[in-house]
Amino acid sequence: MSLTESQIERYSRHIILKDVGGAGQQKILDSKVLIIGAGGLGAPAALYLAAAGVGTIGIVDADNVDLSNLQRQIIHFTPDVNQPKVESARQKMAELNPDVKVITYQTRVYSENISEMIKDYDFIIDGTDNFPTKFLINDACVLAGKPFSHGGILRFNGQTLTYSPGHACYRCIFPEPPPKGAVPTCSQAGILGAVAGMLGTIQAAEALRCIIGKGKLLTDRLLTFNALDMDFRTINIRKNPNCAICGANPSITELVDYEPPACDLKR
Amino acid sequence: MAEAFKKSLNLHGVACPLNFVKTKLALEELAAGELLEVILDEGDAMLNVPRSVKEEGHKIVKVTPEGETFKVLIEKGV
Ligand SMILES: [Zn+2]
Repeated sequence: MSLTESQIERYSRHIILKDVGGAGQQKILDSKVLIIGAGGLGAPAALYLAAAGVGTIGIVDADNVDLSNLQRQIIHFTPDVNQPKVESARQKMAELNPDVKVITYQTRVYSENISEMIKDYDFIIDGTDNFPTKFLINDACVLAGKPFSHGGILRFNGQTLTYSPGHACYRCIFPEPPPKGAVPTCSQAGILGAVAGMLGTIQAAEALRCIIGKGKLLTDRLLTFNALDMDFRTINIRKNPNCAICGANPSITELVDYEPPACDLKR
Repeated sequence: MAEAFKKSLNLHGVACPLNFVKTKLALEELAAGELLEVILDEGDAMLNVPRSVKEEGHKIVKVTPEGETFKVLIEKGV
């Protein structure tokens, strides 16, 4: 055990937990989590993971902070408007917890760069707001055998599932991205800020439980909630033997980019 | 005759819940059946730490008053 006196104090409320303890906290300190998207989901996830002492946090986002982001993307503050989101996020995480090493990637993820990006991480959080990227993250994580948390939010609704090798993937239940324009992205549809916080926080909790190896992850289940009536449900899902990426005879054997929706430029 | 403890921890003046955190970390370093001695203040510390230790599956073997503190001998559970 190599926790310093100040770490024992900082993480005391974790260490007290029977399912964490000093050993679990050490696992958290030794872990690496990649957050794709420094937006509504990535912001709370990044803050909680940094506070928890995740040793290395990678954060990916190509965009700059926009005034309209601040209603929900709580890692960015008013003076950060027009700054790169990854830089704004890095500063907050560094100030929150000097134990954390932050690696920033100011880019979008593509079929060309995602495999290289995820390979050194233990867990990946999908905090993106568009279907092409969600499918790309799923496919890349399945091919690389990496656990990840899928998250999606719209208006007052959230949905999330966790993929872990051997369990159902996102594509098992949603085989293909919806046709362009069929499902509005966040920029078109509006979102209650707190809903982003609820879902991103669930994703952070999944990452932490995966790291400490305690409890039951949200695998083979889809959690959905409607925050307008505050109704939560989990639906059992099954690995699809004919899934195009994780099935017995996958038709997808390499990563492809779907065309991103045209309206996705300004988040 | 005092039992042979593997480690001793003086938590005199250490407040709740940090005294429990330190006890717990010390217990994590022991093997099941090994003994840890902790020195705890009377009051909150004595009321809370032994109870929390028991909740985690360890055994309080002996409590010896020593002025304003207590020597508590804990056997690590499995
Ligand atoms: Zn699948």
